[in-house]
Amino acid sequence: MAEKLLNWDEVLIGAAIKEPGNSRQYETGSWRVERPVWNPDTCIQCMFCWVYCPDSAILVDENGKMAGINYTFCKGCGICVEQCPTKPKSLKMILEAEAKGKSEEELRKEVFSEDK
Amino acid sequence: MGKKVALTGNEAAAHAIRQINPDVIAAFPITPSTPIPQAVAQFIADGEMDTELVTVESEHSAMSACIGAAAAGGRVMTATSANGYALMWEMLYIASGMRLPIVMAVVARALSAPLNIHGDHSDIMGGRDTGWIQIISENSQEAYDNLIQAVKIAENKDVMTPALVAQDGFNTSHTIEIWELEDDNKVKEFIGEYTPLFPLLDTDDPVTHGAWAPPNWYFEHKINQLKGLLNSKEVVEKVGKEFGEVFGRHYGLYEDYKLDDAEYVIVAAGSVCGTTKDVVDNLRENGVKAGLLKIRLFRPFPYRELAEALQSAKAIAVLDRVSPAGAQGGPLFNEIRSALYDTQTRAPVINYTYGLGGRDTQPRHINSVFETLKKIVETGKVEKQFDCLNLRGEWR
Repeated sequence: MAEKLLNWDEVLIGAAIKEPGNSRQYETGSWRVERPVWNPDTCIQCMFCWVYCPDSAILVDENGKMAGINYTFCKGCGICVEQCPTKPKSLKMILEAEAKGKSEEELRKEVFSEDK
Repeated sequence: MGKKVALTGNEAAAHAIRQINPDVIAAFPITPSTPIPQAVAQFIADGEMDTELVTVESEHSAMSACIGAAAAGGRVMTATSANGYALMWEMLYIASGMRLPIVMAVVARALSAPLNIHGDHSDIMGGRDTGWIQIISENSQEAYDNLIQAVKIAENKDVMTPALVAQDGFNTSHTIEIWELEDDNKVKEFIGEYTPLFPLLDTDDPVTHGAWAPPNWYFEHKINQLKGLLNSKEVVEKVGKEFGEVFGRHYGLYEDYKLDDAEYVIVAAGSVCGTTKDVVDNLRENGVKAGLLKIRLFRPFPYRELAEALQSAKAIAVLDRVSPAGAQGGPLFNEIRSALYDTQTRAPVINYTYGLGGRDTQPRHINSVFETLKKIVETGKVEKQFDCLNLRGEWR
């Protein structure tokens, strides 16, 4: 984080923030216990996950389509998985520890191997 | 010159609010302050004010709505008492932390249990460290004058801190006294227009309020907030002086009553000061050098000025109208004694709890305090550092 730390007599009164969107500078993905894994093969692009995500951690491509999870900010709340309407679900939660050292592609294969 | 009226302390507060005509009031009724929002609702219904009155489901919601309205950029007021004030507690810190100059009339009342709706200072003293400016009124006139001044104090650019103006439940709030109601326009002119610092509704200049401050930011914001609160001391003096110039009633940080050469001094706040002044007058007529130091500004605590005002005293009694909770006496006693530590005097300081839950405090009780102070000076001995006034059974 390249933020400039201000002294007590330099901060804005009432902890107001005049710079919109500076929460992007604050990474909140590190305290996640579980993470959602996405299966593009069964995803129907309903965008429910994007609507319900309480952060803005659902990635959207230039065509307005669901493109994955932003793990820098995803806190692992699981709401996207709850909301996913496909059967079987196109989003599943796994323990963060199980994801360690694996690529997204590897995880997808592992988690969704039985779902076609 | 204002118009002399015979009205209660609650009506005094309601008239001040009518004349201030804030943008928003969010309030929930609770005895003994209920008549304030009730009268305000009537003023609005009669077209004498155009304030947006938000009726809410609790005092927590009342303060929350006030915070939202103030963050949006409005001039905001409310009123409460006792358990209602206690229910606001969480939001009081948020109002002061967000530096929103909300002004609140508090009609001070005892806290349950046992259930009691009568006057004491347990509510405001419980919230003394919520970061609000606290001004305590002796009577209806002061309740009216202080509310008007509080708007100007809280909204000062160097302060930007919420303020509460307290009056005593029933002793003041439900007692009809004669006081001066000033001209509407003169009051409006005195308080002036309010310019918020970072209004949420200013869409050309977007701002975030109430954001999270991690460990590397929080400390700096709280100390910045402290500076605003401390800045208010000078502004209280300045506004009190200006108020005196316009309306003829001058106010300072405290009131000294026959204090200059006083040897036996009572320190107190609120309506008991009226009774104490009568007792001081009687004692003075009999050649006893009695005096009163009346607390007006309690937060920020003007410790240097108060300690300086007590230097002639040979013995001091501090009266606390607060349920004691295991400290070395009441809150006012603690702060007065602490303030004196850095000065020359080593006059004994004793503490009384009085008036809990509306218990009457009469001239004879105040007289007994002065008697005790005289005895301490004569014998050089303090028998009891802490005692209770008008309590059945001797405290031991």
